Amino acid sequence: MKGAGGGWAHFWDAASNPEAVAALKLTLWLSAGVVAINALSGTAIAWVLVRDRFAGKGLVNALIDLPFALPTIVASLTLLALYSPRSEIGKHVAYTRIGLLLALLFVTLPFVVRTVQPVLLELDREMEEAAASLGAGRLAIFRRVVFPNLLPAVLSGVALAFARAIGEFGAVVLISGNRPFKTEVASLYIFGRVNTDPAGAAALSVELLVISLAVLLSIGGIRRWATRHDR
Amino acid sequence: MAIEARNVSKRFGDFVALDDVSVEVESGSLTALLGPSGSGKSTLLRVIAGLEQPDTGAVFISGKEATVLAPQKRGVGFVFQHYAPFKHMTVWENVAFGLKIRRRPKAEIRARVDQLLDLVQLAGLGKRYPAQLSGGQRQRMALARALAPEPEVLLLDEPFGALDARVRAELREWLRRLHDEVHVTTVFVTHDQEEALELADRIVVMNRGRVEQIAPPRELYDHPENAFVMSFVGPVNRLGDAWVRPHDVELRLEPNGSTQEAQIERIVRLGFETRVELVRDDGERLSAQLSRDEADELELEPGQIVYVRATRQRTFSA
Repeated sequence: MKGAGGGWAHFWDAASNPEAVAALKLTLWLSAGVVAINALSGTAIAWVLVRDRFAGKGLVNALIDLPFALPTIVASLTLLALYSPRSEIGKHVAYTRIGLLLALLFVTLPFVVRTVQPVLLELDREMEEAAASLGAGRLAIFRRVVFPNLLPAVLSGVALAFARAIGEFGAVVLISGNRPFKTEVASLYIFGRVNTDPAGAAALSVELLVISLAVLLSIGGIRRWATRHDR
Repeated sequence: MAIEARNVSKRFGDFVALDDVSVEVESGSLTALLGPSGSGKSTLLRVIAGLEQPDTGAVFISGKEATVLAPQKRGVGFVFQHYAPFKHMTVWENVAFGLKIRRRPKAEIRARVDQLLDLVQLAGLGKRYPAQLSGGQRQRMALARALAPEPEVLLLDEPFGALDARVRAELREWLRRLHDEVHVTTVFVTHDQEEALELADRIVVMNRGRVEQIAPPRELYDHPENAFVMSFVGPVNRLGDAWVRPHDVELRLEPNGSTQEAQIERIVRLGFETRVELVRDDGERLSAQLSRDEADELELEPGQIVYVRATRQRTFSA
């Protein structure tokens, strides 16, 4: 690859190309959104699946894994069909950032649900009863007793979702529309430049690699802190 | 009365856990709920704590109706069989939990928690996590945690169930002394009759969701009201219609008119006590309990013919 031969200055030029920076920023913002939304909704879904009883629970539980089973390009095509101007739904989010976020949320849905669910199943219910008899209300029980015990699992799930979101290609390639400075994410930028500007593609790849490593290490660090009582 | 359960019934599906149970517990007493598993004793404890709702009947705590009161508002300290420690909190934070929830001033919390950790002999271990404690220590932590908000009653579910025999005996002693010091009305659940007899002022014997008898330990042992209580609170021989405790079986080498012939099958020496398993000439089996000196004096051997007599026996109308 040519990008490797140009030294630091050349790398820096390629990396600070405004279009590359915009793509990277968008990717990071989207991934952060995916992390935040998954942390809340994934925990909530796991909670409902473990603690509540309702008709069709088995089906819902099975459907959670659908994004894993479905080829991402199929998901992308489906989302495009659903959200394009020609769709009956009337929400035209194809080729927008919202559309990108929805696609990423779809493919990352199972991570937090599936990491939190088993922990919630194993959680000692007597701990909650003990807290209740010590005077804690429902909110205090969740905040002080349940959540700290779920936190390591939530972090694991969120780390997986982040890693997936930052590099996702198949699910976003169709719905993105690939408009520079608007809906072009890092993976599409790299894909588009592999032949025409290999140095630019390589530079952004390196940046992605460094950033995801740093984020995963920090999540791992928080996770270590949250499980300090187990050691 | 510190606690009163009046005509309490509770079912789980087809299973009748409590069947019209009425129990009164005096202020400051130490009461045991004794029974085999499935007798409803733990369910009764949970109903008193508000962790379970009775189908019918009423619960009163310190004279106030508490039947539909949330567990948070009952002023009850509960110690779970497996202690239910908050495993993400240190020992100190566990004990402080009930006080922090009540938003007591920091200085007061610190003083109270330190005092309680002293009381349960965990003074140096406040910074540890529950996973780093032994079973006995975890048990004492759970006790301190339950006592911290100064509950009106303390409820313990099989408090020594998960511990090995030696720690059990130690903790039992210690709990008795603690109760004499703190004087909080205490109810504990156990399936171990020895534990109940040793610790409690009063024992409630339960079986199949019903109360069989309520009495102080001595009275329960000497005057059981029915065959279930008789057989549950200690070992027993059944001879025809009569029930005889092994220590009420007398062994002689010569017949004396009121004795019956029996052959020694087995002799078990348990320290100072000797247990002799016998078969009577009519085929009935029984066991006799002798002190070591008594057994040595008779020079008993397996296979030997001896003469037995019940010095005390009871019959119950079915």
